[in-house]
Amino acid sequence: MSDSKIVDARDTFCPGPLMELITHMKQCSVGDTLELLSTDEGSGADVPEWVNKVGHEILSNEKIDGVWHIKIRKAK
Amino acid sequence: MRILVVGGCTGGTIVANNLARRLSAEIRARKVRITMLSASDKHMYQPGLLYVAFGQMTPDALYRDQASLLEESINFHVDPAATFDLDNKRVTTQSGKVHEYDILVMATGSRIVPETIPGLAEGAESFYTEAGAVKLFKKLREIQEGTVAVVVGVPHKCPIAPVEFIFGLHDYFKARGIRDKIKIKYHYPIGRIHTIKEVAIWAKHEFDRMGIEYETLFNVGEVDVENQVVKSEEGTETKYDLLVAIPPHRGMEVIEQNSLGEGGWIPTDRFKLTMTGHDDVYVLGDTTNLPVSKTGSAAHFEAEVVAENIASIIKIGVPVREYDGKVYCFIETGHDSATYAMFNYQNPPDLKSPSKPMHWFKMAYNQMYWTSVRGLL
Repeated sequence: MSDSKIVDARDTFCPGPLMELITHMKQCSVGDTLELLSTDEGSGADVPEWVNKVGHEILSNEKIDGVWHIKIRKAK
Repeated sequence: MRILVVGGCTGGTIVANNLARRLSAEIRARKVRITMLSASDKHMYQPGLLYVAFGQMTPDALYRDQASLLEESINFHVDPAATFDLDNKRVTTQSGKVHEYDILVMATGSRIVPETIPGLAEGAESFYTEAGAVKLFKKLREIQEGTVAVVVGVPHKCPIAPVEFIFGLHDYFKARGIRDKIKIKYHYPIGRIHTIKEVAIWAKHEFDRMGIEYETLFNVGEVDVENQVVKSEEGTETKYDLLVAIPPHRGMEVIEQNSLGEGGWIPTDRFKLTMTGHDDVYVLGDTTNLPVSKTGSAAHFEAEVVAENIASIIKIGVPVREYDGKVYCFIETGHDSATYAMFNYQNPPDLKSPSKPMHWFKMAYNQMYWTSVRGLL
């Protein structure tokens, strides 16, 4: 997954990490992977909730040194 | 030193005026020259479109002549940029004129792209253009009953606009005496009703009190215009009588055509506000790819940092400030009350209770804006 595009949404309150992710998901192609970086405590749950509901794929979801690293593959 | 500002809206105008004042001696000595390229000879106060949509302002009140807002020392051209040659520090305009620069400021803004969602341009009203806001007001005047659905595209300019519009709708229909005949249904892309947690918590309480329905995790997938149904990417749908969209945005076409940034957003250092890989190119406002609100307020604070740094580089050889992510947004909470949200990269908003004086302040700011873009406020 080293070729994942990084979406750096650390330290942002508006538009916020999930909104940033949705923006970038719209810009990429089916099969592309993105890695969201977020310092928002809620991202670990909020992002998978949306990704699963809309039908994309969570590849990994971990918190490292206070930063959520969430990898997603665009599936549709 | 040739400074070229591309874009004549909020960010470009503030940065140019601020620079013209800071560098007035250098300009008089012909050591510095500031040039602005814009697509229009008019300057629109874009937040005023919300008031046009409710019949509280007419469009003519939103405009000033751009030249009247600029310091006399700024060379202003209504001739938008067409091609960028960053390696050779040259910008060519639509008319074919070539502008060479030492420092380039990119403030081209963003545009609405409802056509990127099937049916949205045909099926939904919007207040993000003058014509759209006037048309929407006429639709609001006509409707007597039914469902008004509001959907939100991503990304969008002015993130507070969706909730402001809902509060305005509630008050508008209440004033007409038909609020009980109108169902207002709000749809939002993420799992709460606003991206700012503090706004979401407060607005949810207000929506419940006002009887406004809401659905979260709703990203507009398509609009079935014939059957008046809006469908989400998440698989749900809402039948409507009037559909209002906060349309999705992209950066300007000229940015994409010159391969300066995906989606028309230029990769930007979040503190220095320089374009990635180009220390002589500054980017501000909607044009950046930063995770910062696309608002006039952000553009304003960024413009002050950019102007101060360019001036200090010219005067002492180094920049003096970093952008801290500051944004200040008024939040109209109806036709006679307002509050605000102020935050930066490190500090979340501390939302205050709405009040009438804050609404009056916002009303005053609608006029003070013209002082603000002149760089005086």
